[in-house]
Amino acid sequence: MSVDADTVRRIAHLARIAVADGEVEHLRGEINAILAFVEQLSEVNVDGIEPMTSVTPMAMKKRPDVVTDGANADAVLKNAPAAEDHFFAVPKVVE
Amino acid sequence: MAELTALTIAEARDGLKKKSFSAAELADAHLAAMEKARALNAYVQETPERAHAMAKASDARIATGKAGALEGIPLAIKDMFCTEGVRTTASSRILENFVPTYESTVSAQLWRDGAVLLGKTNNDEFAMGSSNETSYFGPVTSPWRRKGANTKLVPGGSSGGSAAAVAANLALGATGTDTGGSIRQPAAFTGTVGIKPTYGRCSRWGIVAFASSLDQAGPFAKTTRDAAILLRSMAGHDPKDTTSVDRAVPDYEAAVGKSVKGMKIGIPKEYRVDGMPPEIEKMWEQGASWLKAAGAEIVEVSLPHTKYALPAYYIVNPAEASSNLARYDGVRYGLRVPGRDVIEMYEKTRAEGFGPEVRRRVMIGTYVLSAGYYDAYYLRAQKVRTLIKKDFEDCFKAGVHAMLTPATPSAAFGIGEKGKADPVEMYLNDVFTVTVNMAGLPGIVVPAGLDGQGLPLGLQLIGRPFDEEAIFSLGEIIEKAAGRFSAPKWW
Repeated sequence: MSVDADTVRRIAHLARIAVADGEVEHLRGEINAILAFVEQLSEVNVDGIEPMTSVTPMAMKKRPDVVTDGANADAVLKNAPAAEDHFFAVPKVVE
Repeated sequence: MAELTALTIAEARDGLKKKSFSAAELADAHLAAMEKARALNAYVQETPERAHAMAKASDARIATGKAGALEGIPLAIKDMFCTEGVRTTASSRILENFVPTYESTVSAQLWRDGAVLLGKTNNDEFAMGSSNETSYFGPVTSPWRRKGANTKLVPGGSSGGSAAAVAANLALGATGTDTGGSIRQPAAFTGTVGIKPTYGRCSRWGIVAFASSLDQAGPFAKTTRDAAILLRSMAGHDPKDTTSVDRAVPDYEAAVGKSVKGMKIGIPKEYRVDGMPPEIEKMWEQGASWLKAAGAEIVEVSLPHTKYALPAYYIVNPAEASSNLARYDGVRYGLRVPGRDVIEMYEKTRAEGFGPEVRRRVMIGTYVLSAGYYDAYYLRAQKVRTLIKKDFEDCFKAGVHAMLTPATPSAAFGIGEKGKADPVEMYLNDVFTVTVNMAGLPGIVVPAGLDGQGLPLGLQLIGRPFDEEAIFSLGEIIEKAAGRFSAPKWW
């Protein structure tokens, strides 16, 4: 499989990465080189094979559903690019 | 005090115990060496004040007989580990000013045992790379050079700064992370020892997430013994990482020097790849004969799905990376580039905050997970991964204790020499190491010799799950036979 310029733009938008028109062709070439490389997997017979979900066999650990952390809004916001009154500030989302 | 930086951790531990020198002197010697070695760009941040304070506290504990297992040992921490109050960037512009308010579990355990922080080391951006050239802070220059040349070589990657720091005596040991070879390949390139333990052995909590089902932390050291000392402190169960294993941590150091008599060592025939340099093939045979001389039995084994490990990895890895890196949105932390609306803000932030390799991987990952392609790519890759793991399980069931393989398909290459035209060229560096991450197994790389140009080459030992002890024992046999290698100082 290979991607065309429109697909590159669509992927970039899905990934929320701005791509300038001048970069599309170059990216298309690189993505297609990687897709061509992974194409060899189609040779492998995977009939009846379970997809791996956990590399070490282990049962998912559970813990009581109780509050274990919190009340540290200052620490949470410490690295925020913009914050007001213990809230993250973002550009207007709804008109 | 240059000689203090040449010590191993085991030697420094003895010297501190005997009070031949203080933790403060040991830290100062390293800080001075780091200052003179800035041309290598191994550290993205030096933390002399923190080092002084921690060394002073170590000296106080030594004086009162309360020394921990790593008391006063100065270490470098890869900039993928969050360090409380010390900037942590993953060598990315998007985290250029990120100062964590918490400490990663692995580094916290090192400090619990008395280790001293010297600084944060350079790495490929978000650990995506095999040469340390994708770092926002520029490449690391290896302390190694080809005989009679001054071409700048890469230290490998992604943990290139940690590997270079240990190889150049700028730290007694260092932490790394390994997703597809990021500890073992730079260890091979710099003549250091590096181990990626079994998946789940070390907590991933507080480590910048890259590909969560593959990422593991591990140490770099000058010797196998030192790596064993460090891993004992780094490993252990952590309730904050559900994939960390609740299993006692053995005394790995006790495995170093243990007999390997009767151990069955597999030589996987599929690792004999086309175009392998004769020097690497010869060293591989040499390694096998060293182990044989020590009483191990050498058997040829087959891992039939080996050739599919790298392509499957380049689906699983970008897929998980694209999900993990979705958090960098310019809202909660990290860089924000303003836009007309929130979508444009996201897109500009991520375009400017991520470098080319990261953008490429996030886009590949987004594509292979997108509607209509998930089954063809991601699901198939996860099935192939099951087959890769089964190859190893079959060998272990047949009585094989560990496998011996080359670490890398070549010695270190020059900065700017690889991957310019085709990203796959760089990816091929990890051909011998990715299988181990795909199967979740422990793998150690030990220096085994120098090539014709005077550059170090490493051998890899792959163990059964949670049998790091076997590969420490075997690694030490190779180390003892091959000797240690250090880069002539030019910086």
